[in-house]
Amino acid sequence: MQVLSVSTDSRFSHKIWQEEELNKMVDGGFPYPMLSDQGGRVGTVYGVYDPDAGVNIRGRFIIDPDGVIQAMEVLTPSVGRNVGELIRQLKAFQHTRKTGEVMPSEWQPGKPTLKPSPAMVGKVWEVWKPETRPREE
Amino acid sequence: MSEPKDGCVTPAKGPIVPAEAGEREAPQKEDKKIMTAQVGKPAPDFEISAYYEGGFKNVKLSDYKGKWIVLCFYPGDFTFV
Repeated sequence: MQVLSVSTDSRFSHKIWQEEELNKMVDGGFPYPMLSDQGGRVGTVYGVYDPDAGVNIRGRFIIDPDGVIQAMEVLTPSVGRNVGELIRQLKAFQHTRKTGEVMPSEWQPGKPTLKPSPAMVGKVWEVWKPETRPREE
Repeated sequence: MSEPKDGCVTPAKGPIVPAEAGEREAPQKEDKKIMTAQVGKPAPDFEISAYYEGGFKNVKLSDYKGKWIVLCFYPGDFTFV
């Protein structure tokens, strides 16, 4: 798995950020290429460039080995990401690519997967039930 | 550590537009209207400059074909979230 981070900062800014801050937060710093999208041209193509602010907002894309986008998530700036959800989605897409099985909602790694077939129509309840959770306001 | 071969001046190329759309016409104008990233569709290719392992180099998305890629955009270095 290859991570690529992208912002509109210059690559020189990335270098100083890595050296001055990230190295001190995480042992060894950020271990992947930090891409510089000055002008937001790439962000524009991916639909995450905010021309008013002049920055790329938080957008995350899972791209499969064929170069096809399997998932995307875009957030406004005030809320950070959930890495656990990224890993869950990545594992689910890797599993379905390998096996052809599909993952029901709320699926977590290790939980049962579904093998779609005519026989399963109307019988999903036998193998999978949603977990109940407290109702949100 | 060996000195990175790439200098600091290699220009970034940005989004790689198909040949028929590029070259003569102004690509920036078109880019603004085209939002091509969609699930189930090929990820738009690009080549831009990057900082990695202490040096600067250009990174092309399609060079990572055959691997799972997580492409993360974020507002800026030194921000707080």
